[in-house]
Amino acid sequence: MNLDALRVRFGAAIGEVTVFRGETNLTADRDCIVSLCKALRDEEALAFDFLSDLCGVDRFPASPRFLVVYHLYSLRHGHRLRVKVPLGGEEPVIDSVLPVWETADWHERECFDLFGIRFRNHPDLRRILLPEDFEGHPLRKDFPLEGVRKP
Amino acid sequence: MSSETLSLNLGPQHPSTHGVLRVVLELDGETVVDARPDIGFLHRGIEKLAENRTYHQVVVLTDRLDYLAAHSNNLAYVMAVEKLMDIEVPRRARYVRAALAELQRIASHLFWLGTHAHDMGAMTPLFYALREREALMDIFESLSGSRLTPSFLRIGGLAADIDGRFVETVKSFTDTFQGRVDEYETLLTDNPIWKYRTQGVGILDAPDCVRLGISGPMLRSAGTALDLRKAQPYCCYDEFHFEIPTGTAGDVYDRYRVRIREMRESARIARQAVEGLPEGPWAAPGSVTVFPAKGDLKQDITAVIRHFGLVMEGFKPPAGEVYHAVESPRGELGFYIVSDGGSRPLRLKVRPPSFVNLQGLVKMVRGRLLADVVAIIGAVDIVLAEVDR
Repeated sequence: MNLDALRVRFGAAIGEVTVFRGETNLTADRDCIVSLCKALRDEEALAFDFLSDLCGVDRFPASPRFLVVYHLYSLRHGHRLRVKVPLGGEEPVIDSVLPVWETADWHERECFDLFGIRFRNHPDLRRILLPEDFEGHPLRKDFPLEGVRKP
Repeated sequence: MSSETLSLNLGPQHPSTHGVLRVVLELDGETVVDARPDIGFLHRGIEKLAENRTYHQVVVLTDRLDYLAAHSNNLAYVMAVEKLMDIEVPRRARYVRAALAELQRIASHLFWLGTHAHDMGAMTPLFYALREREALMDIFESLSGSRLTPSFLRIGGLAADIDGRFVETVKSFTDTFQGRVDEYETLLTDNPIWKYRTQGVGILDAPDCVRLGISGPMLRSAGTALDLRKAQPYCCYDEFHFEIPTGTAGDVYDRYRVRIREMRESARIARQAVEGLPEGPWAAPGSVTVFPAKGDLKQDITAVIRHFGLVMEGFKPPAGEVYHAVESPRGELGFYIVSDGGSRPLRLKVRPPSFVNLQGLVKMVRGRLLADVVAIIGAVDIVLAEVDR
């Protein structure tokens, strides 16, 4: 898998490519995520047509605190790629990749539900696993394991 | 919605939703105009719990995801941790894992077949399918002491070596099983009522499946032969001979055909695995994740100390992250584990095939009759414990 063409196009917006246990990791800036994903999907040599998974990671107290992680698979080439986007702040926001892969719909809703990460341009961003009146985002590290008891 | 349509609430307490799935349907007469699935009723925060358990303790949590294929969850999880720890699992353990995974796939498909046919008014297949599933549950029980939640795998190998009866029971099961599948097919495959209820219903073509991230029998019934056992072989699957059944129409009937043929293939693989079962260790020798043998605990103080350490503190994988996916009965089941070098995962994410496949529901039911919704939900083969986690 050759990511050089992307480097020419996106320049400093994509970070170093690392390989750990045979898996390729790519770090990218938040602002280029949709165009980067489109390129990853449409570039013939990459052809990542299958978004396996999308999830958040909370690295509290590290900074930037959050990661949004995309696991991509190419049916044609059989290769995988992990794209990681760091997000800072208490109210992290990133563009939705729903226009690129339809499957992102529920994944992004789940990520919003459990981490409070907002996905811009998502048409229906509401909680999916927890009740609508739930307060807080339980997969954040500062959310207590035993939950919050209401007085 | 216009005032012409009727909102109908299906579930979460409804037998044909196979658990606590709620779907709000907008009906125009008997035709479904729109559907809004509502999930989360079975959310137990398993990913949050996993962040507060040692790696060994998480194994039993994974049983509680897809409880109809608990062994597949165990397998995907322990393989992800083994990848993180860079452990080479002995061949004997890999063969046993593959045999169990295939028996589990048969058990899961049998339960699907029985309940799905029952949803559509065919009572008999349920009794037939559960008869064979019971034999499989007995195999799991004799091996691990548990029918539904075996947790027979450990990071680095198995919980114990298989006993002498295991190979014989699997052989006698696979001897008769192909004939049993013929019996199910006699009841359904050419049955005009069954065909009328399933053919042309709930169609999703291959490009739609890929866009929606749908994997497993649903994707294969639309003609795409993606199966991780072939695409990215694990557990020595590249040493077994088997086919990947595919369909063409991508409808409920083809999903049935694909799963029926998959059961036949799984029986073949399980047979090959027990017949070719290599001798040797059943857990990675010398690995820091493997518990010392029970006998050593009575003789050797260092074994006791190591055992105590593994139970109380666990082991510490290097900082890093891995994703490992296996072909579960429902599709691509993956575990993404992020380690910060501590004895508990910083983040554990399950990639549940049921959750992703269920997203296709809305597209499949639009424009269909209300009665088809039951057939379509059944053919997705969801387990809500896995959808909601």
